[in-house]
Amino acid sequence: MRTRQALNAGIVVFPGSNCEHDVALALNSVNVTTQFVWHQSCSLDGLDLVVLPGGFAHGDYLRPGAIARFSPIMKALVDFIDNGGVVLGICNGFQILTEAGLLPGALCKNKGLKFLCQNTKVRVCSNISPFTANLPIGTELDLPINHFSGNYICDTDTLNELESHGQIVLKYVANPNGSLHDIAGITNLDGNVMGLMPHPERACDELCSITDGMVLLNSLVHSLDS
Amino acid sequence: MRFAVLIEVRLREGLPDPQGNTIAQALPALGFQQVTKVTVGKAIRLFVDADSETQARATLNRLCLELLANPIIEETEVLSLVAS
Repeated sequence: MRTRQALNAGIVVFPGSNCEHDVALALNSVNVTTQFVWHQSCSLDGLDLVVLPGGFAHGDYLRPGAIARFSPIMKALVDFIDNGGVVLGICNGFQILTEAGLLPGALCKNKGLKFLCQNTKVRVCSNISPFTANLPIGTELDLPINHFSGNYICDTDTLNELESHGQIVLKYVANPNGSLHDIAGITNLDGNVMGLMPHPERACDELCSITDGMVLLNSLVHSLDS
Repeated sequence: MRFAVLIEVRLREGLPDPQGNTIAQALPALGFQQVTKVTVGKAIRLFVDADSETQARATLNRLCLELLANPIIEETEVLSLVAS
């Protein structure tokens, strides 16, 4: 069994990422050591967790995540995932994971065509992956969202698979962006890759007025520890 | 040979198009009642070097699938391909 102090997270930084320091602070506060990994790096060796943070990787040009998918680090990320490594994509990180085909579906422009920047309630719908393994189904979390393209879309077959395999981890209590089935966060089939639009790292300090992000990160860290 | 190309990237039929809807809703107030069914996509111009039009189109097909469009939500059409 690992000790908590041994957990080491890599935070991938693309040109245009802007949440990497928030993620580092949040993870440090749950005793995870962090290091930034530039997108042109080709190695993720020695890491227990990799986070793709929010922001506007490569300016979001063409589509959010479309160019980031071709960064050299992505090949290492695929290998990391294939070897069972745990990856968390937050907001733009979620968009990158879908563009890279590492999570199913796609994220379109918000239904109301507004950039949404607000706190929003999400509900835990599955706890079979390490991300929410320690949270009872039905747990509600107050988390900030901050996006223009968070409207999750996939075809009916994919949606049925997501539902039947417990891959829909978080749903919005009051859908803010038109997302299919109120989806706020999903995992891959193996459960070691998660993407979510809300920003848990921005809800980890009393100064932010909400701290439910800590609940989610603590759950993940606890799973990785055991 | 060098070909000048114009590619349209558009949302797949049936997917929400809030930009198109917003423009369509503004039209009556501007006096354009006769304009309907607005959709918004992207137009991308580029040049491609190839030995033939067939080879150019093969390159463009791959480019569209791998980069210019997300096939889950978008489709593409080469609107113009002219030897230059």
